[in-house]
Parts: sequence; structure tokens; C-alpha cells
Amino acid sequence: MKKQKLVIIGNGMAGMRTIEELLDRAPDLYDITVFGDEPYGNYNRILLSPVLAGEKTVDEIMLNDESWYSDNDITLRHGEGKRVVEIRRNRKVVITNDGSEEPYDRLLIATGSKPFMLPLPGADLQGVIAFRDIKDVDTMLAASKKYKSAVVIGGGLLGLEAANGLMKNGMSVTVIHLLDSLMEMQLDDAAADMLKKSLIERGLKFEMKASTKELIGKKRVETVLLDDGTRLDADLVVMAVGIRPNIELAQKAGIHCERGIVVDDTMLTFDPSVHAVGECAQHRGIAYGLVAPLFEQAKVCANHLAQKAFATYKGSTTSTKLKVTGINLFSAGDFKGNEDCEEIVLEDKKAGIYKKIILQDDKIKGAVLYGDTIDGAWYFQLMREESDVSEIRRTLMFGQSHVGDSGTGGIDIMSMSDDMEICGCNGVSKGDISYAISSKGLFTLDDVRAHTKASSSCGTCTGLVEQILMATLGSDYSASPSEKALCKCTEHSHDRVRSAITSNELKTIPDVMKFLDWKNPDGCASCRPALNYYLLCAWPMEYKDDGQSRFINERAHGNIQKDGTYSVVPRMFGGLCTADDLRAIADVSDRYSVPEMKVTGGQRIDLFGVKKEDLPDVWSDLSEAGFVSGHAYGKAMRTCKTCAGANWCRFGTKDSTGLGVKIEELSWGSWMPHKFKFAVSGCPRNCAEATIKDFGVVCVDSGYELHVGGNGGIKVRVTDFMTKVETEEEVLEWAGAFCQHYREDAHYLERTAPWIERIGLAPIKEKLEDDKVRKELYERFIISQKAAQIDPWKARTSGKLKKEFMPIKDLVS
Amino acid sequence: MTKTKNWVEIGPLKDIQPKGARIIKHVDGDIAVFRTSDDKVFALDNKCPHKGGPLSEGIVHGCRITCPLHNWVLELETGLAVAPDEGKAKTWPVKVEDDIVYVELDDDVVMVEG
Repeated sequence: MKKQKLVIIGNGMAGMRTIEELLDRAPDLYDITVFGDEPYGNYNRILLSPVLAGEKTVDEIMLNDESWYSDNDITLRHGEGKRVVEIRRNRKVVITNDGSEEPYDRLLIATGSKPFMLPLPGADLQGVIAFRDIKDVDTMLAASKKYKSAVVIGGGLLGLEAANGLMKNGMSVTVIHLLDSLMEMQLDDAAADMLKKSLIERGLKFEMKASTKELIGKKRVETVLLDDGTRLDADLVVMAVGIRPNIELAQKAGIHCERGIVVDDTMLTFDPSVHAVGECAQHRGIAYGLVAPLFEQAKVCANHLAQKAFATYKGSTTSTKLKVTGINLFSAGDFKGNEDCEEIVLEDKKAGIYKKIILQDDKIKGAVLYGDTIDGAWYFQLMREESDVSEIRRTLMFGQSHVGDSGTGGIDIMSMSDDMEICGCNGVSKGDISYAISSKGLFTLDDVRAHTKASSSCGTCTGLVEQILMATLGSDYSASPSEKALCKCTEHSHDRVRSAITSNELKTIPDVMKFLDWKNPDGCASCRPALNYYLLCAWPMEYKDDGQSRFINERAHGNIQKDGTYSVVPRMFGGLCTADDLRAIADVSDRYSVPEMKVTGGQRIDLFGVKKEDLPDVWSDLSEAGFVSGHAYGKAMRTCKTCAGANWCRFGTKDSTGLGVKIEELSWGSWMPHKFKFAVSGCPRNCAEATIKDFGVVCVDSGYELHVGGNGGIKVRVTDFMTKVETEEEVLEWAGAFCQHYREDAHYLERTAPWIERIGLAPIKEKLEDDKVRKELYERFIISQKAAQIDPWKARTSGKLKKEFMPIKDLVS
Repeated sequence: MTKTKNWVEIGPLKDIQPKGARIIKHVDGDIAVFRTSDDKVFALDNKCPHKGGPLSEGIVHGCRITCPLHNWVLELETGLAVAPDEGKAKTWPVKVEDDIVYVELDDDVVMVEG
């Protein structure tokens, strides 16, 4: 079949990102031709300010050099005579200024925006420019070598970045701003005042509430005359008063435009063969002037160009950060609020810190941070995910480090040196990450993970990496979308996949992949385990577990160690054991020359260094002695830790060990989205550390307190109190119901702590407090346990399954 | 001494699960034999170029393997790590005849077997 022709007008970030996304989805669908105005490949426009300030070079901000186009069979037309001057929709061709024609089946308009030039007398003088592209930067750099005074018209984000850059190049710079408050689109008065003060200290001059009347000069601009008669010396005038969507071509072709080219939720214009993305497009009344929304638009547009046709764009929440080194400023969402909103403000003028958060209905609507922007990414995430913050409201202003997170909170990334280690797992420094971001053109957390490995192992440093992204890219870093795709094989989110499985009765991994149009027929090591779990959870009695889609630990029922041997943990219910149990474990240890044994944090005994081929026999012997698998390797119910309790302890109020055993008998063998730990403490002294477990019971004289969502791992998180009950039966019912709700609702590999932080404790409580719903959840848990409580060890001690653990051929012995 | 090559019979294809792997014990280190979902067979040193992880224990998807230790992804055909990672695991020629898998090994290795 002959390929269709796709033509893109505009060689900027929006258009090329769309192409990258398209090639990822349908590499061979189109013959692609790109028309560009500038004589370069595609570069990262948002990093022009650091180039001007001398902190980066042009080469460092290139995203796609010219070889990228040829490598991907894309025809790039730029330079003289290759400017598109007309779109003829009736014949489906675009016409360039040298008169040649290029036909298209589909057209993508990504013409971006144009700087708005004030129609002042003298605006055509030499030395009057905008701040938009590499050429403007070159002009500014050249001027700063020859001349002394510069005037920037416009005290918005771009104007201030330009002014700062010129000042750093040795010019004396005055900023003229029409209003009496800088960056009024992003800052409230208090923050704007602090910003102005700090910029004045650095040497910038300001003319506020000032309007320019005329630019005066012979050939080159010499003086700027203001309305009030003030005259300012100016060898260079930079106009940064705003941008306008570049819609000229579309308008001339009769495509419906308002402020921008009007597109629907699929990024399609009123002509069904013509798409538009980026700053030229107007979606639901908004034409975005930032880069972050482009990435979301590009994904949606590519989805439709690739003829998958299900993604929709619903608008973006944006945040801003000024790229002036040494000034920390963050703004997001509605930072002014209205009468239905509440404000929380923290201000310390001497320390130069100002924070304001706007709340509405217990959700963050907007934020302005000055001086201390460490928590910008966190507030932004809470805002985008519309999280209920009522529970953390009292400490919200003090940042993420004050909500029970002892991980990486409270570290100021800006004050870190480049050689400071960020990712302890993979040994990646701050410098490595920021270098990779700018040199490789990375925008998202996933990009950084792929290229540097930072935050790709335990994830503790995710917040730090996002801060570095934000600091390096400024306003335009692309925060990971709140609805993330499950993995690179699909565009569907975890939730969508789960609902498709249940509502369409999909019962095998291939069925799911086919139904949801998976990109890779076999999926990958991320999605296959997730799908296997989702299917297992949805159809406990029918689904046939796919071992090949499980991580090795769950296939081998042991923990793989770095030398390829395994560690084996027999289950000891509630941590209780007998002398016979210990003897049996000791015998196994001797028989198979286990090099090391250890008592685990969950009150079990771990046998390290078991060879794969010995596993079936080790299991067989343990099984014989009455042990079942401890599931210490799985995304599963792990352990129930207990204290001595009322049987022995003089403080104990209840039989905590006995209850722990019952909980473990109820829940052992259950597959979960992630590992899951119980604990039962016999009194509030809490020796079993129940308040850092997924589900913790603290016995008190009058009953049992139930706590959920604790974690003692990567991020220490103390549990939330859920309820108090009076009997052991109630404890078991609540425990089973909580497990089942977590199993059915959380994303694969999401522990209870982040799950609760994502959806909030309130909806979980509401569900479980409803007697009917709780009993139904408990019932479903019991049903799935019938299928799950088959000892995996016993099943694998003989026959074909045992053979799997042996070499297929031994050429040594 | 120039080594001669020799096709060594490994075993029936059905003994390797689709999307699975088995290992050959070998004096120079284990070799992993993989079978993909569409019954292609590949043999690689059972050692990830990253930190020596046992590739045979990874997840097979398409003609790729994800190492179980740190999630490096290697092409089964070439043994090369998928970008942006860089590295290579040694590959061995494989053939399947009458549902029997053969791997071409150096002759002196076969001597050890005898």
C-alpha cells in the first residue's frame, strides 16, 4: 500500500514532539515532510534564556539535529524559498514562496507563536528586537559586546529573563512595565515585590506603571521616550510584551480561528484532514504559551494520526518557574482565588521567603512560592491530582518533609553542588542529571530514568529528580501526567486497563493486549506482570496464572540475590515457632549447605544462597516439616508481625500473637499490587511496630484500633487511624475487606501508603464503614483466597515443574 | 590452535517454555537458551553485560529479554543492550531441526562432555 503523505508546517518543539510520538506508534504509516523557518534542526526554545545568560550553548539545546530527520526518512525543508505561504485545502497542497507545491493527505499545523511587536514610532529602527529565537539571542549577544544600555519592554517572565541575560553580559538594563507589579500573570503583589527587590539588588533598573511613547534614533535606536517624558538611553530595545498564536496561514486558508486555530479534544481543526498543536492551537478557549501542554497535545495528536483514535486532550494545568539563576520562584494554577477560596500564607521578609496556597473545597487551586520552592513540584502534583488535603492542611505550608516523609523532603536542590549524589541506588549525581537533561533534550521523569538511571530503582529520589527537571527546564518541564500510561506498550492507564478487563470480560493477557491494541504483541517486563495480577484479581477462580509473566522471584518462589542464588523464607504464622520447626529449618540448612541464615524484620528465618537447582528439594523438605512458603519474594501478603501480648507480657491487653496468627491464616498466599505487611501489637507501646505497616492492629483494653497505610521502607510513613472495633471477628473482617479494596483499586506496584495518598483516606473509610460494602469486599477476599492458598512450594517439588529448575543440558559434569 | 565448531544437541524444543529459557552448564560459564512466543530460539551467555545478572531468569518479550537484576533489556538476536544502555552479551548460533534444539559450540568444549 502506498504510504499517506503527512506534511508538518513548523519545525518547532510541538511539531517534532508529535512526530516522535507518531513514529513510536506507527513508524511506517506516513511519508513525512517538515517545513521550518529557522535554518536549524529542532531546538529547545525554552532554554534560550540560559543561552543568553551564557550558561548554555546553542549546541547544548538542540533536540533533533539534521541527521535525525534523515535517519527517520523525514524530508526537512528549511531555508530560502521553502517558507510555506499558502494552504490550498481543496487540492490538499501547501505552496512555498518559491512556488513549489507539496501535496498532503494529512496536514499538521505547528506554527507556534509570534512575539507581539508594539506599533511604536521608531519600532523599525535597528536594535529593536523581540526575544523568540536563536537569531534574537545572537543579536543580543552581539549588541552586548558593542553597546552599553538596553531597555526591555515588558516585565513578564520572558522580559525578565531577557533583562537578566543582558545584564549578565555586562549591559545596563532598564525594564519598562505597564503595571505596578511584575509578572502579574504568575505572581501576586507580595511575591512580585520581593522579586523586584531582589532583581534591583542584582543591578536591574525598573520603570513601573510606565508606558513607552516613542523609540528615538537615527539609524539605530538611541533613546526610549516614556509617556511621562522620561528619556532612557537605549542601544538595544527588546520587546517582550507577549506572544500571539501564529495563525496567518490557517486563517488565509479559511480554517476556523479565534485567538488561535480552534481544535477539538483530538487536536483536529475544523478541516478533518488538518490537525494543529502547540502555541498556534486554541483548545477549549485557551492558547497555551508554555511548552508543557505541548507534550500532552502531541501525544493525543499522534494517537489520532496513527489511527488509534481514542486519546483525548482535556486541557493542561501549568506551572511557571523563572529561569534566573539564584532566584527561586514558582507559580501554578489560580494564585489569586475568589470569594469561595481560602488562602494560607507564610511570609518571612527578612529571610526572603513567601508562600501562598489557594484552597477550594479542600483542594489546592493554585500556589505562589518565592525564595523557597522546594515543594513546588509536590504542591503542583497535589493540585493536578486534585488530592484532598484536609488531612495534611495543618502542615501543608511546611512542605512534604512534614507529612511523615523522612525520605528526601526538605533538601534544597538549588543549593546542592553538582557532584552531590542524588540517586544512591545507581550513583547518579546532580550534575549528571542536569547535564543529561540539557544535552540529550529530556523533558520527563521517564526520559531521565532511561538515560541516567536516576530514580529508576527504589524511587526515593523521584522528588529530587523532578526538582532538577524543574530547575533545569524552568516553567516548561513536563510533569508526569496524572493519568500515566501503564507502560510504553500502551497509552492506556492502569485504571482504564482494569476497567476494560472487568467490563469486557477479558480473561487472558493476549485478550487484553488485543482488545486494547497493545503496541508490542508480547508486551514488556513492566506490563506483563501488571496484567497477570489484574487478571488474577478480577477472575480469581478462572484465570490461569501465567508464570512467564511473573518476575523471577514469584516464579522461583524465592528472592533472587545478586549472584543468581535464591533466599528462601518458610512461613511462621504470627512469628511463632516450635523447637521442631527450628530443628527442621536447621536440618535443611545443613543438608543444602546454606551459607547464611538471618532473622528477618518480619520475624522469619531467611536461608540465603540456595542454588536454583536445589530449590525444589529445599521446598520439599520444608514442606514435609509442615512449612508453607513465606511469600517473602512476592507482591503478596508477606508477614504478620506480633509482640508477646497478654499471654506473657505484663502490659499486654489482648492476645496479640493469637490474633496475628488468625490474620495470617486468613491472608497468607494473597497476591497483592505490591508487598503487604500486617502487625499486631498487644498494647499502645506498640512493640510490633504496627503503625508503620500496611495494616496495623493496636490492642487496647476496650478493643482494637485499626491503622492503615504505614510504611517503614523507602519513605517512612505512619499509618492513618481507620477505626476502632471490639471483637477479633471484626478485626478479621476489616482486615480482609481492606486487603480486597486495595487489591481491586490500587495500581500494580503501588503500596498502600502511596495509594492512600493518591486517593485519600476518606473514600476508603467511607467504603469500609458501610456494613454491606465491607461484607461484600470480605466475601470477595475469601473467594479469591480459596484459589490463592495453595502452597506454591508443594506444587513444584516434583514432576514437570521441578524439571524447569534444572539445566536442560549439562556439559560440565 | 584454531577451534573447530560443532553443533551440539541440547534437547527437545518442548522442554523450553514459550517466553521462557533453560540453561546449558558449560565450562566457560552458563549459556541461556531462550524460546520466544513465536518459537524462535536464541542462545546467549547467561550473564548480563551490566552486572552479570542471570538472563535466563528474566522476562522474555518479543525478541528481547529483560534482566531480572536491574531491568536492562537485551536483544536476543544480537545480545546488544537496548539504548540508552550499552553493552553486549555473547551470542551462540542456534538451530532447531525436527523439534530438537542444537547450539554451535567450540569443539574443545564438546570434548569435556565426553
